[in-house]
Order: sequence, then structure tokens, then C-alpha cells
Amino acid sequence: MSDITVHVEHLTKKYGETLALDDISFDVGKGELFGFIGPDGAGKTTLFRLLTTLLLADTGTGSVAGFDLVKDYKNIRNISGYMPGKFSLYQDLTVEENLKFFATIFGTTIHENYDLIKNIYQQIEPFKNRKAGKLSGGMKQKLALSCAMIHKPEVLFLDEPTTGVDAVSRLEFWEMLKRLKDAGITILVSTPYMDEASLCDRVALMQNGRIMTISTPGQVIRNYPLSLLSVKSSDIYHLLGELRDYPGVHSVYAFGQSAHVAFSAQKIEPEALSEFLKKKKHESVEITRIDATIEDCFMELMNSPE
Amino acid sequence: MPAATENIITVKDLVKKFGSFVANDHLTFEVKRGEIFGFLGANGAGKTTAIKILCGLSYPTSGKMSVAGFDIYTQREKVKKNIGYMSQRFSLYDDLTVYENIRFYGGIYGLRRKEIDTRTHALMQRLGFESARDKLIRDIPLGWKQKLAFSVAILHNPKIVFLDEPTGGVDPITRRQFWDMIYEAAHEGITVFVTTHYMDEAEYCDRVSIMVDGRIAALDTPDNLKKQFGTFSMNEVFIKLARA
Repeated sequence: MSDITVHVEHLTKKYGETLALDDISFDVGKGELFGFIGPDGAGKTTLFRLLTTLLLADTGTGSVAGFDLVKDYKNIRNISGYMPGKFSLYQDLTVEENLKFFATIFGTTIHENYDLIKNIYQQIEPFKNRKAGKLSGGMKQKLALSCAMIHKPEVLFLDEPTTGVDAVSRLEFWEMLKRLKDAGITILVSTPYMDEASLCDRVALMQNGRIMTISTPGQVIRNYPLSLLSVKSSDIYHLLGELRDYPGVHSVYAFGQSAHVAFSAQKIEPEALSEFLKKKKHESVEITRIDATIEDCFMELMNSPE
Repeated sequence: MPAATENIITVKDLVKKFGSFVANDHLTFEVKRGEIFGFLGANGAGKTTAIKILCGLSYPTSGKMSVAGFDIYTQREKVKKNIGYMSQRFSLYDDLTVYENIRFYGGIYGLRRKEIDTRTHALMQRLGFESARDKLIRDIPLGWKQKLAFSVAILHNPKIVFLDEPTGGVDPITRRQFWDMIYEAAHEGITVFVTTHYMDEAEYCDRVSIMVDGRIAALDTPDNLKKQFGTFSMNEVFIKLARA
């Protein structure tokens, strides 16, 4: 089983009455970029705290790089890099002091592993004498990743590294992850942004402490059980309501300036739908058949009773 | 959308400096009554600085601005009475009940007890939250909190509501329900001024401005922006502008 880096079986965790994680099982392969996709409250942070040995599960077992989550926690801490969701570096230390601190704790030096973080750290090195608290969001994120990497971990746990970060910084961050993956590091990353799923090798879609599905992004989309039309008109506000009343429609969701209309058993002919909307006085109606996005899949899974 | 031509926010040459750093560099724009106005920009582009000024919480260095018909220098208290505000980390008190929160905010905005009770009742019915009236905020789901925070922000029928990343972290269905509420408020004539990092949400706005390094780099309808930049999505427009 040397090609499995993270192995988890039936993990459950409760906070009082709240079931934060409900019977979670999965494997992450060596060198994989694995994404946990879901909103706040899905259980992503709890799962990462269990995997980084900062919390104990109520029931279930797991291992990281062959080390047991309970017995071998010290080994796991040595080979893991962890970037928590909340910025947790020392705000009143400088960029360089923070990095040096993390290197020292792990018994290494910035110099020794500089190559590994070079691409990322060079972008903030001009500000190395600035206090971490004074950095912009994007720079904090780069420093946190550098600190998580400085001891050359085998596995990286990144908890919502792109939350609240603008679209450009998010794109750049994922480019960095791609390079780390190419360097052979196993990466587990969580995100509430559905569009980031396609950048992972495999994803787990999570909601309310459970994993709804695990697969490659492509397979998640192929498993989408319905047919989809994208419908546009000049009046999206009324369009959504009227589409919901159309016979045979399963669900209607807004996607930017168009509506995604899902249907299963009954076929919906775009021509007939177009006539219907014209009668409802919609102008510039455009209807196209489309493939599902991860977000369509996520919403359908949320609605499916198990 | 109601065909409104009246400007509810006018901003002319807004400049805000912190020492030698120019956070807002001659911003000029108008927002029309009943419009959903998307205020986008990269982290650190100067959005929060501008919103604080428009809400009467911070003085500009220079420029002329009016919000809801009131001058931002001389009529700040009137500005505050006529706007609603909902922040990223919603402004409800965790250890008060749903009803207590509504009463608290109603009181702040000078609504009478009777009026608060009537509005609370209507609000609970509309949201389908009747059963949660006496629950602590910390015990209700995130999606409910966000819907409630929005409802509280418009409890006093403000002319404008400012929403600062209102949908961060919620599931995709709740996110859409939230936008249904935004549309509804806009239909009732409330102007919505909203920031978001979800670029599909930018497409729900009537017009969108994109800030880059303290300046407004683009301002138009989502359709026109996509045409202008030759892209299919607002995401690509944003990336082209912010990376330039």
C-alpha cells in the first residue's frame, strides 16, 4: 500500500450534539492533488484537524504516510505541512522571521530547502522585513504556504487557502499548487469555490459532515443524472420563476446571466420551450444544450435523498 | 428593473490617502435608484476604503459625494439613517435570539416597539423562520443567519443597502436563494451596492465596476464588459483587468 499517502476509515467527530463528521472514509494516493469541496459547516476544517493530529476522532481510524493518526502523531507532524484556514502566523514578526521560526522548529534552515519554496517566496522576498500583519491577503497566503513548506513535507494540508481571495490571486495560487504537485508532494486542499474542483486530480464533494461523492472532476460530471439546457432572456428575474412552472422541469438555477434548466424523464424540446417563453413576452431568448458544471452536480447531490 | 434614472449615489473625484499611499485615486461614478451595483476589485484595490466613506464611517481626503441625497461631509448622520449595511462576517449577536437581534437593530434605527413587532412577524413569515424566533443565533444554520442578517440590514426600509461579500462560505443553493432576496429588495426600490469574489454573481448585477490599484478600471453592464474585453465570462474580464 505504499502508493496510498492518506487512508481514512469511518471517521466520526461530534461537538456536543453537532455531528461535524459522519462516517468519513477515503484514500489519497501518493502525489495526488485531492480537493474537498463544500460550504462552511461541511466538516472540512474538522477533517483537516484530525488528519494533522490536532484533534482526536470519536470513532474511526486513519493514517498519513503509513503512520497511525493516534499512535504515531509525532511522525505525522514531522512529515506534514499545514496551512490553517485562519491566518496563524505571527503578525508582529517579519516575513523572514516567521519563515526562520518555522524552519528552526523543524530543525532545518531556510537555506537548506530554499529551492522548494523559491518560486513562491521570491514573490514576497522584497518585503521580507515587513511585519506579517501588514501584508495584503495574497501575500499572507504566500507566506503561510512558504512556512508550511519549509521543512520539505511529504504531505500538504491546505484548509481553504483561497477563501476571501480575489479571482486573480486564486488563479496564481492554483498555479503554485500545480508546481508543488509536479515536485511530488501529496496535497489535500479544501475550498468552498466549486470552480476550483476542476483543478484537482480527484475531489470529495462534502455537505453537513458527509462526503456526497468522491471521483475525478470529469467523472463527477459524467455521473450527473439529468439533461441540462442553458436558457437566457432579457429578464432573468421572471425567467427563473416561469421556467420552474414549465412541465417536466426538475430544477432551475441561476448561473450568471443564464438559467440552468434540468430535466430527466420527460424530454424538453428547446423549440417548444422557446415558444413558451416568447408567449410569456421574453425577448432575446437563447437556449443551448450544455454539460453540467461541478456546481450543478453539487446542487443535485444536495437535493438527492440517500 | 424599475426604469429609474435618478442617481442615489454620486461620487466625483473621490480621493483617499493614508500618508503617501493613495487608496482611492479620483473615483467618479453614479449609482441609480433601484439598481444592483457590483463593486468588484482585487484584495487591496481600495473597495473597503470607498465603502467606509460612502457609509459615513470615514472622511475622504478630497472629492464630492452624496449618498441617498445627503452630503457625505455635512450630513453624515442622515446618510447613516438612510442606508443599511451587512458585512462579510454578519453583524448579528450570537448570544441573542433571532427576535432579540431584530429588536436590537430596530431600536438602533429608531423604530417603535410596535412597529418592530409587526415587521418581525412579517419577516419571520416571509423567511419561514417562525419556529426559530426564540433560538439563539449561534444555534441556527449559516444560511439562515445570512438571510436574517440581510433582512435586518433592510428592516428600516433604507434607500440603499451595502453588502460586503454577503455570500462567503454558503452552499450553492443558499447562495442563489440569497440572490433571490437581493432581486426582491431591488424590485421594491432598494438600491443594492454589493461586493463579491464570486464572478458569476457579478453577472447578476445591473452594472459592475472593477477597481484596480485604487482606480476604477472598468464600469458597465456585465454584457458590455464581456463584449469590450472579448470574453465569455466576468471571471475572464476580471483576470484580464487585474493582471494587466
